[in-house]
Amino acid sequence: MADQQQQPSSLPSSRTDDGSGMENRWRDIDRLLLRSGNLVGPGFEPGPELREALENDFRVLVIGAGGLGCELLKDLALSGFGHIDVIDMDTIDVSNLNRQFLFRIVVSFGSIRSSLSSKARAICGWKSCTAVGVDCRMQDVGKPKSEVAAARVMQRVKGVTVIPHFCKIEDKDIAFYKDFQIIVLGLDSLEARSYINSVICGFVEYEEDGSPDLSTIKPLVDGGTEGFKGHARVIIPGITPCFHCSLWLFPPQITFPLCTLAETPRSPAHCIEYAHLIQWGQDRIGEYFDADNPEHMKWIYDQALKRGEQFNISGITYSLTQGVVKNIVPAIASTNAVVAATCALETLKIATMCSTGMDIYMQYTGTEGIYLRTVPHDKDRNCIICSPGVPLEVDKSITLQKFIDTLLKDSRFKLKLSKPSVSYHGNNLYMQAPAVLEEMTRPNLQEQLLRLMGGETSDVLNINDRRLTGVLRVRVTFREGADTIDMDTAGT
Amino acid sequence: MALRSTKYDRQLRIWGEHGQSALERAHICVLNCGPTGSEALKNLVLGGIGSFTVVDASKVCASDLGNNYFVDWDSLGQSKAKTVSAFLHELNDAVDAKFVEESPEALLESNPAFFSQFTLVIATQMQENSLLKLDEICRQQNVMLIIARSYGLAGLLRISVEEHDVIESKPDNKVEDLRLHNPWPELQRYADEFDIDTTDNVIHKHIPFAVLLIKITQDWKRAHNGKLPANVRELKVNFLTITARRRVEEDEDNYTEALKSAYVVLFPPEISTELHAILEDKLTEVNASSPDFWVMVAALKQYIAKEGQGEPPLDGAIPDMHSFTDYYIKLQKIYQARAEADVTAMVGHVSCILKQIGRDSSSITRTTIKHFCKNTRHLRVLRCKTLRDEFSSKAGPELQRFLANEESSHPALYVLLRAVDHFAATYNRYPGAFDGELEEDVSRLKAIAVSILNDMGGGGAALPEDLISEVCRFGAGEIHTVASIVGGIASQEAIKLLTRQFTPVQGTFVYNAMSATSLVLNL
Repeated sequence: MADQQQQPSSLPSSRTDDGSGMENRWRDIDRLLLRSGNLVGPGFEPGPELREALENDFRVLVIGAGGLGCELLKDLALSGFGHIDVIDMDTIDVSNLNRQFLFRIVVSFGSIRSSLSSKARAICGWKSCTAVGVDCRMQDVGKPKSEVAAARVMQRVKGVTVIPHFCKIEDKDIAFYKDFQIIVLGLDSLEARSYINSVICGFVEYEEDGSPDLSTIKPLVDGGTEGFKGHARVIIPGITPCFHCSLWLFPPQITFPLCTLAETPRSPAHCIEYAHLIQWGQDRIGEYFDADNPEHMKWIYDQALKRGEQFNISGITYSLTQGVVKNIVPAIASTNAVVAATCALETLKIATMCSTGMDIYMQYTGTEGIYLRTVPHDKDRNCIICSPGVPLEVDKSITLQKFIDTLLKDSRFKLKLSKPSVSYHGNNLYMQAPAVLEEMTRPNLQEQLLRLMGGETSDVLNINDRRLTGVLRVRVTFREGADTIDMDTAGT
Repeated sequence: MALRSTKYDRQLRIWGEHGQSALERAHICVLNCGPTGSEALKNLVLGGIGSFTVVDASKVCASDLGNNYFVDWDSLGQSKAKTVSAFLHELNDAVDAKFVEESPEALLESNPAFFSQFTLVIATQMQENSLLKLDEICRQQNVMLIIARSYGLAGLLRISVEEHDVIESKPDNKVEDLRLHNPWPELQRYADEFDIDTTDNVIHKHIPFAVLLIKITQDWKRAHNGKLPANVRELKVNFLTITARRRVEEDEDNYTEALKSAYVVLFPPEISTELHAILEDKLTEVNASSPDFWVMVAALKQYIAKEGQGEPPLDGAIPDMHSFTDYYIKLQKIYQARAEADVTAMVGHVSCILKQIGRDSSSITRTTIKHFCKNTRHLRVLRCKTLRDEFSSKAGPELQRFLANEESSHPALYVLLRAVDHFAATYNRYPGAFDGELEEDVSRLKAIAVSILNDMGGGGAALPEDLISEVCRFGAGEIHTVASIVGGIASQEAIKLLTRQFTPVQGTFVYNAMSATSLVLNL
């Protein structure tokens, strides 16, 4: 690389290129990729091959093309990643535009526009322009977020390929996710995070000694924001805590008891939720409530207002009604920018090892001063998603049937299992489906599990179930004991 | 207007219509529009500021295409200020966009009056000597200043304002001011209407917890010579047992709430150290030119001494309490009435003071005073040192202590980021500009950093060698993601300053992108 002299910006002429030096495009980030360093990740090998690998070999998947997603696509493209995919099921809404900068409204003022001075336009704003009957066309509103975002980033940042997927994350085959080296999440729902987490953790294969096979690991980078606060975290499945290990980091959602809503409402939110959860079903029988339908929302608002009047409760507004019913989380551009860029930088570090990584979980608070701090925490040994084997002690004489019953009663598993199939080192011990396999493996149910496991006194069984996204690994340890002991081993 | 409120809905829920209007009145100037400057501005344009002006003399070059989203290949060789300004304007055409194709440094020399037209200046990627000048100019012209710097995997940010007063600081943990330990007559009369030993179970479980706590506290006081539980232990062991014993059935939510809130009886909110300092501030000695904020603080002082009997005005808000609707609404009205009465008393003090200082006695409206009263416990006053004071800071010994303990990398990063500017002043380039001179630059930078530490009175402290060579490795690179973080934070602080909501950072913010951590230094 021809290293161009860089001078302080106080010398105005110093940063003018002659225009031909395209090799200088990545000058700033190349400082990190081409030079060796002392504070870098394990196995960091600086050199031009790193830049080429980012451009050509790496495939990153961004999930979500909303507030964080738009920022992530920009940040990853300007970090040198050449191949990015993005999934989002949503279409663009006007309320996205205060932060999702890849989308916009273009108001077509027609000939009137040019006759207005820019100052006059700024003063008259939206209202008077619509009032005089000028055609207002919202260029992006209603279009798929993933497609518009991908097109905009490719148009601006030359050389990057962004492939959009306008669908739900569950619509993709699990195999789809295997094509990527790193997955970055810009989501606002716990459920979606949980789903991807279990998919990625399900990819990890473990060695005999319980250590993960490094080639099966796909790092996950996750961001989230609310108002002036946010978080970013790195999950290396099998090595660092997974999303499920630290669900406690998310505060519980506020719900109101139904009897409060029905009998003793005290706040505007109580009136709104009554109209939403109870009255709608009573008065508009058979009609599906759609929060995005303005007529539906207005109906809820009107009913809530009436209920407020009846109970002497004031302060019910349309905006509050929307907030309560849609569970709207306030969101601003600056927090998204900080959190997404932190995620993108960690993604670059994972891909290149060009610097030290963050410690598990970064918390960002901007309400009182500014705080960025990392909050490390431990893996949950009992995590049913990422543990190499959730420990379970059973009696030596247990049969496979009794073992399955034990699983279904265990408080750690029961919500995740309906009809579990069990396999051991690739051998199907019992399969619930298809019928042929079920019939073939059915005799095993009455066999002793210890015998089916070849006499191993402690080993891992793989449990599959329709309700599981990945595989559940259970480390069974046999203990001496009488047959009569009830096997209901409640979770720890 | 409907479109406007929908477009800004997610932020109106944070700073309200009055916060949004403040943004729309703001004129922002951004000095240098590399990624740090343009990312900061991007967030503000999306948020809907009134206007912006970008000042930058450079032309778009190849390296901009690798770190700045607001330039493209077609703009190579053209004015960067013009290009960035046009692309930013696309994001929100309700915002007025301007640019000046001149270097900030030249503008400081040639036309200092230029800066007076702005509400706020965000200076990015500028060096110490120019910043000193800019700080003086902005202070003279009463323009707020934010300084932001992205440097490799590190960043610095500071605010420079003479004084910034915040009424709506919106803290995360707002104290509940319920006065259950000392109810005023109306609240006492309300509590007296209840028989907490009622045999009617339905009523028993719908008595608001405020009433339960008032009554149980009074029983306690009677049995303990008029004293409250003396400490947390007594509260937990005895007081809570009594409270719990009165519960008839397990599912009485009002008793669960009373147990949870029992601490407010023992630990009613006190006047915070911040508020105490504000009340003692010399600006409470008001005169004709005092800002409204300080007139209200002076009135607050009088209120606390007189009607408040040591307490600031009641904010009037109560939490939800499990109870019947009419019990709750009645209680809510009692708190609101008391809050209104406190506002009336404050209005009296304010108009009295206004008269004394020769101003129209109604020039501060009741609405303004009410707003103030709702927030008195969380008032904030931010005063920043001048840059000149910071640069001649003698905080070395404190840094020395930090460096010796190796508690964090941030103090060392601070010294090193100042050292790179001194390096540039000496060598006319940044350390690590040439691959071939990296090693020499490490020792040059180290010598400069050590002398800065010496000047600060922190001589002898060791700077981590690894960090020095990393800073040289950065070679003044402006990494897009780091710029996005530093610029993002700059825009957040700008929003706090412009809306006068939340608490801006007080001190020098040092960001380490290697570990994704930060520290605020008070120098």
